[in-house]
Amino acid sequence: MRDAGHRLLIGLGLAGLFLLLGLPLGAVVTRVPPAALLARMGDPALLEALRLSLVTSACATALVVALGLPVAYLLATRSFPGKRLLEVLIDLPMVLPPTVAGLALLLAFGRAGIAGRALAVAGITIPFTTIAVVLAQAFIAAPFFISAARAGLGAVDVRYLDAAATLRATPGRTLLTVMLPLAFPSMLAGAAMTWARALGEFGATITFAGNLPGVTQTMPLAVYVALQRDLDAAVAMSVLLLALAVGVLLSIRLSPTWLGLLDRARDRRP
Amino acid sequence: MTLPRWSWVLAAAAAVAALALAGGAGDGRRGPVLTVFAAASLTEAFEELGARYRGGHPDVAVRFNFAGSHQLAAQLEHGARADVFASADLRWMERVARLGLAAGTPSVFARNRLVVIAPAEGSAAVHTPEDLARPGLRLVLPAEAVPAGSYGRRVLRALAEAPAAVGGYERRVLANVVSEEESVRGVVAKVLLGEADAGLVYRSDVTPAVAARLRVIEIPPSANAVASYPIAALAASGHPDAARAFVELVHGAEGRAILRRHGLMPVPDTP
Repeated sequence: MRDAGHRLLIGLGLAGLFLLLGLPLGAVVTRVPPAALLARMGDPALLEALRLSLVTSACATALVVALGLPVAYLLATRSFPGKRLLEVLIDLPMVLPPTVAGLALLLAFGRAGIAGRALAVAGITIPFTTIAVVLAQAFIAAPFFISAARAGLGAVDVRYLDAAATLRATPGRTLLTVMLPLAFPSMLAGAAMTWARALGEFGATITFAGNLPGVTQTMPLAVYVALQRDLDAAVAMSVLLLALAVGVLLSIRLSPTWLGLLDRARDRRP
Repeated sequence: MTLPRWSWVLAAAAAVAALALAGGAGDGRRGPVLTVFAAASLTEAFEELGARYRGGHPDVAVRFNFAGSHQLAAQLEHGARADVFASADLRWMERVARLGLAAGTPSVFARNRLVVIAPAEGSAAVHTPEDLARPGLRLVLPAEAVPAGSYGRRVLRALAEAPAAVGGYERRVLANVVSEEESVRGVVAKVLLGEADAGLVYRSDVTPAVAARLRVIEIPPSANAVASYPIAALAASGHPDAARAFVELVHGAEGRAILRRHGLMPVPDTP
């Protein structure tokens, strides 16, 4: 009797979630027939937006990993005054409406902004450039990598670290040879989530970087503009964006499996 | 699964409470609620019209949905319930009327013209529409897909064909574009923040709230493209009389005065 209730609850949850997530996504994918969809894939405007999206989201991910890894390491290994505050600060971009994030970036790095005025003296302007797109994406997507990397580094068994210490390994060496390899799967997953979030970024980008084809018009912006004129073009772009995201997210889900297989193969070697 | 029995009672109570709250929201009224779908560029003018309408019909509550005309048309097409639709563009109203959603024939109640805006302080680079061609100027336009954007490009073409125009005017202006915003309000924001040296918007977008911080540069009427704003009561309205009264207010002398105050050109006054 209890078992039946249990199953009923799971079934209801599944059905509800399917209606909420599966149905709309399915509706987008099936809206335009595959042949018409393929015919639109060669559209130069779409390819330009796609290229820009891939380049900027890759740069944003690299930037987040480079700046986020030291912070994740710090949060995972040390305790210091203000740690909680730093954690909250890092999580804030997830809560902030992206448009507000874009405005905040403008107020800081815009022509009349706090840092922007100093940059302008040096002849550098950031808004309306591809760099602004990368900054907007990095701002919004950074928490995903930092929290995953922090969790991964924090989950490394202390006994391994103690063993490394008894062998007189420096903290830097321990990080490179023990912590990073063990935390690699979570860092990879975090980086992929950051990339996926950067790929879908809209609000901060259009506010901070504007919308100019070939310079700042990424896929989500192109979809929004197309939506006002040509519904099917917008759908074709959305399907392409979804396919990309599915590809990346699925490969992360599968990566622990093949990473594990790789490790086992290495262990078997004499 | 060993959930205690009372947890089910609690869940049921929560569900009932949620339903009661959802059903009760907006139900603290006595009379009908008039729902008006209006183009984003009408926001301030229609809010004032709504207040005036309530003055004459205290039993009717007025509720607005302001968005891009295309978004509103799409919402109506997919079953959104509304009593009145006011569009910034004839095309979207025609679509709604063709689908049989309008009650009667839509009527144009106002027109709007484009102006060049520049920050009131700082760079004094732009004084005439000709200055838009100056090299290195940072210009922001509405995207071509939104009505203001297609009007804007028509204006640039007309300015380029004027006898006094500098050579390659249109090409040089378009080379200065740093962003194509998804709405006119986006253009206003970029100019207000000083990120752009100039922008092209509707006269009605220079609202009292921002007028002091913007400089308005008029475009000669001969080159200016004019946007038409049609309005219609909707066939699905549950309160056809209230809907018709709202449309009449917009067309009436009082309504025209309000529209004019917000930078729009009421139709009977327009040549």
